[in-house]
Amino acid sequence: MLEIFQYGFIVRGLEAGILIGLIAPLIGIFLVLRRYSLIADTLAHVSLAGVAVGLLLKINPLWTALGASALSSIAIERLRTSKKIYGETALSIFLSGSLALAVVIIGLAHGFSVDLFSYLFGSIVTVKQHDVYIILGLSILVALVVFLFYKELVYIAFDEEAATVSGLPVKIFNTLFILLAAVTIAISIPIIGILLISALLVLPTITALQLKQNFKMTLFWAEIISVFSIITGIISSFYLNISSGGTIVLIMLIIFGLVLFIKRTTHQVTVK
Amino acid sequence: MSIDHQKNIIEVKNVSFSYDNVEVLKKITLDIHRGDYISLIGPNGGGKTTLLKLMLGLIQPQAGQIKLFGKPLHDFRDWSKLGYVPQKAINFDPLFPVTVREVVAMGCYGKEGILNWLKEKDQKNIDTALARVEMTPFADRLIGNLSSGQQQRVFIARALAGEPEVIFLDEPTVGVDIKNQEEFYSLLTHLNKDLNITLILVSHDVDVVSHHVTELACLNQTLVYHGDPKQFMKGHYLDDLYGKNVCFVDHKH
Repeated sequence: MLEIFQYGFIVRGLEAGILIGLIAPLIGIFLVLRRYSLIADTLAHVSLAGVAVGLLLKINPLWTALGASALSSIAIERLRTSKKIYGETALSIFLSGSLALAVVIIGLAHGFSVDLFSYLFGSIVTVKQHDVYIILGLSILVALVVFLFYKELVYIAFDEEAATVSGLPVKIFNTLFILLAAVTIAISIPIIGILLISALLVLPTITALQLKQNFKMTLFWAEIISVFSIITGIISSFYLNISSGGTIVLIMLIIFGLVLFIKRTTHQVTVK
Repeated sequence: MSIDHQKNIIEVKNVSFSYDNVEVLKKITLDIHRGDYISLIGPNGGGKTTLLKLMLGLIQPQAGQIKLFGKPLHDFRDWSKLGYVPQKAINFDPLFPVTVREVVAMGCYGKEGILNWLKEKDQKNIDTALARVEMTPFADRLIGNLSSGQQQRVFIARALAGEPEVIFLDEPTVGVDIKNQEEFYSLLTHLNKDLNITLILVSHDVDVVSHHVTELACLNQTLVYHGDPKQFMKGHYLDDLYGKNVCFVDHKH
């Protein structure tokens, strides 16, 4: 069993995976409670366009994904608050628009040296040592900001209007939060893949919500589910030689199903 | 109850507001004094909730000026003097994983400010607020597991925890049954009389609120009436507001 740790890419994958597993629920819980799940999916697709640009220009795709996702997160938030177009319409414009851009760039470049498939579905092979440091730095940043502004983020998620009346700068917090979400999504790409990121953000939280606990305990259980799924997912994807992202998401789904099943046999079921 | 008419808490002067091109409020002028217990009433679309949101700075008027505690809204920073109980049915997610105590604690966040954790004094205020609305035994229950009457009390406690001088309530009894409504109004009267908190209450239920409040402001684009609720019920204002031959259903108090 321990021979697995002789492979550098497995160790790097686990390091990056655990970091992402820890910060994903910190962002995911607010995304779910604010009904922002679709924003996560949109930002992931925008990141694909960023990855394509990075591969074309031979820059680390992590940086270009980060830039694309951060910029468009601010644009999405502005469109959402301006109310000039419907919120979901803004999202679908970004979602399909960035996918179109990504496809065109990939076509222009005629075959990248890196397999695009691994960006779509996640493959720990793509994680370089340098990436682990970037992921570490940004994970600390995300965790720190959520820790410092925890009470404000909870208040705004629960009751945005009352938070505004209490004098909190709600607009600034909303922009800050969406930026954090953009960062989290961009750095999750190598492990979980663009098409599966929203599952990573959403599933641990909706599973934890079934347990009907207070906010901190819900977050705690989401963390446990997230990190457990990532570790077991990466290790089993190694032995079975399959995509890490797909394996992680399936493990999360199995846990969700189990929790629902146990609840159904004991209590009443609540699906968010 | 003595009302200190010397002290204006809110001054609304010639305020007009339109959504797109539909004028909702026309040249409203209204002063609210310290210790008032006033209800903003009127038909749907008459602009009562809009006026409340204007007073709270949630939306900006196209014309006129609003002052809170003597300061124009854009210069006003003393937000902890205000408590707010939003329209519960719309704003509240029953599956949100927070306990009663966590919700009430939110009332202290504005006062403490960003980057500050709650202090011992805040914890005491939370305890007092919970006791005032008789929700202490439910402190660790999830908010979604309570009855709507109990939830409403928790939202009052949240407003109280920040030790406000004035509390704004937007249709607080929607979805609350008659028996709990009565208890709710006697709680409001207690807050107003014994704690000297100014109350501004938006309601569509003219008949019920007029039994409880000390002043009525009746809105239908313009300010139709402002004054004693008893005079209002005697007058012909209801005809002007809702049309003639309106019959109010008595809730048998």
